[in-house]
Amino acid sequence: MTAVGADQRQQMAYVATQAADARLNVEIETEGMTLNIGPQHPATHGTLRLVARLDGEQVVEAEPIMGYMHRGYEKLAEVRTYPQVTTLINRIDWLGSFANEVPFILAAEKLMEVEAPPRAQWIRTALFELSRIANITLFLGDMAVQLGALTPVFMAFRDREFVLNQIEAATGGRFHPNFDRIGGLKDDLPQGWIDDTKQVMEKIRDFCDEFEELVLGNEIFQARSRGIGIVPPAVGLAYGLSGANIRASGVDWDLRRDGHEALAYDQVDWKVWTHPDGDSFARYWVRLQETREATHIVDQLLDGLPSGPIMAKVPRIIKVPAGEAYAATENPLGEMGYYIVSKGDLVPFRVKIRSASFSNISITPWLLKGVYVPDIITILASLYFILGDIDR
Amino acid sequence: MTQLSSTDTDTSAEAEPQPDERREAWATRLADALGDGYAEHHILGGSDLWVRVARESWTDAATAARDQLGCQFFDWLSAIDWLPSPFGRDMDAQEDNPETKAADPMEQGHAGGETRFQMVMRLYSITDHMGITIKADLPDDDLSIDTLIGVYPGADWHEREAWEMFGIHFNSHPDLRNIYLPGEFEGNPLRKDFPLLARRVKPWPGIVDVELFPGEEGP
Repeated sequence: MTAVGADQRQQMAYVATQAADARLNVEIETEGMTLNIGPQHPATHGTLRLVARLDGEQVVEAEPIMGYMHRGYEKLAEVRTYPQVTTLINRIDWLGSFANEVPFILAAEKLMEVEAPPRAQWIRTALFELSRIANITLFLGDMAVQLGALTPVFMAFRDREFVLNQIEAATGGRFHPNFDRIGGLKDDLPQGWIDDTKQVMEKIRDFCDEFEELVLGNEIFQARSRGIGIVPPAVGLAYGLSGANIRASGVDWDLRRDGHEALAYDQVDWKVWTHPDGDSFARYWVRLQETREATHIVDQLLDGLPSGPIMAKVPRIIKVPAGEAYAATENPLGEMGYYIVSKGDLVPFRVKIRSASFSNISITPWLLKGVYVPDIITILASLYFILGDIDR
Repeated sequence: MTQLSSTDTDTSAEAEPQPDERREAWATRLADALGDGYAEHHILGGSDLWVRVARESWTDAATAARDQLGCQFFDWLSAIDWLPSPFGRDMDAQEDNPETKAADPMEQGHAGGETRFQMVMRLYSITDHMGITIKADLPDDDLSIDTLIGVYPGADWHEREAWEMFGIHFNSHPDLRNIYLPGEFEGNPLRKDFPLLARRVKPWPGIVDVELFPGEEGP
């Protein structure tokens, strides 16, 4: 018998493993099974139903089914005046409601060629960041609870409460502030609010430090989230992924810095966080850093708050001149934008709502292919969606 | 940090259009790439760019925007129904009374248009930090257009939404079915002639938007 070369040996080893795999596959071959996750499942943040076709423990095909919460805001907005529309859109992403109002108001202001006075812009930006903190703290607890760690969610709810208190103190609404107006804000800040908010920001920073150790440093959390659900940047962009989801794939793009909307982000010193990995861990990591960064933004904004009026001169009955405008901001969940078509009436002619979660979650059929069942939960949790933001 | 005084709150907008070379350049490159398929464009200096293309050039326009303008980010896709609402304007209760509601002429927005239904897509370049809104007219007797899934896979769900809300068919879309509405739902809710039932049942209590001051005249 002739000597066997290294190449040949390698090939034979390969064939042997293939054969072993084939045997194994025959042994554990199961009939395909369809698994319904939701509509009422804690991992679905509301009523998202996920139909997953499984082969053993692996997902062959997964399809989210939406519409359980569809409220038709685009149609309803066509029969409401501009100030009334903000009441509706507060309820799109209900964890960061104030942030929903801002791009709509900005788009309407673009059409009216009105700009809010600096003080209004600064307060707007500060409240925007507060809603981001209120929104993302919940995510930080929620993703941990879905991976089996129960404590973080209680801590998240506890510390989020302080932020909600501040939002309530300034706007009068805990969840639905309805505070933004075309041309400015409804009211100025109450007395003592700035100091209270700074104390709360201190607490949130402690919260972030604690979570960095408690969750990100946790071995189980790392084992379950590292390398799970990797989104390559080009794929993410083609699916319209935005916000922390795309920044976790190494794309350095943040509408707060790169957008040209009339907000005060260019007046303060802050940085955009990205992570090169693109997996579930990276998405959690980026959001944690962003929460901490947001507290610094709020602190700086409150330190440098300009004096002056909080409303520009706008007519009391608002008729928006005919035209089209699109304004988008970096909301807690990603890019949120409103495309307003106006015909010069009291009501918008057409409002297209670009919500972040709708695009973010549209990648799931692609992303869930071939993953294992427990990872479905990790991936859904890390993509972070709010049902109101998908269904609108 | 300096305190801005209240004299800084000048809200008057610049009236004259600003020249916008970057957006002009985008429009020119798109026009070169599409040839006859390019209809017209509209630029708001320093703010936004609208381009209208022929229906046949819809996917070519997306491909050119992605490959030549660097618009890797698929923002959204939808449609606009330019028909003036047959139920009247503003805050009217929606009633069947076509005589009293004078029909307005149909008027398309930026970058023009000729037909009732217009497709709109928004693409964005994360390197240039600039967006583009591309439109295409759909003839009334054939509400169909090619799918963008081949260019941007993210268009899938947006197209399904446009399909159920406007009844626009997307050629060679692999899975065109309702995304929000139940399967047996009839009609296309975002069309202007689709009545909003709540408004037909009773007038909107919020018609008076602003409470008048004593002695003030109404609008």
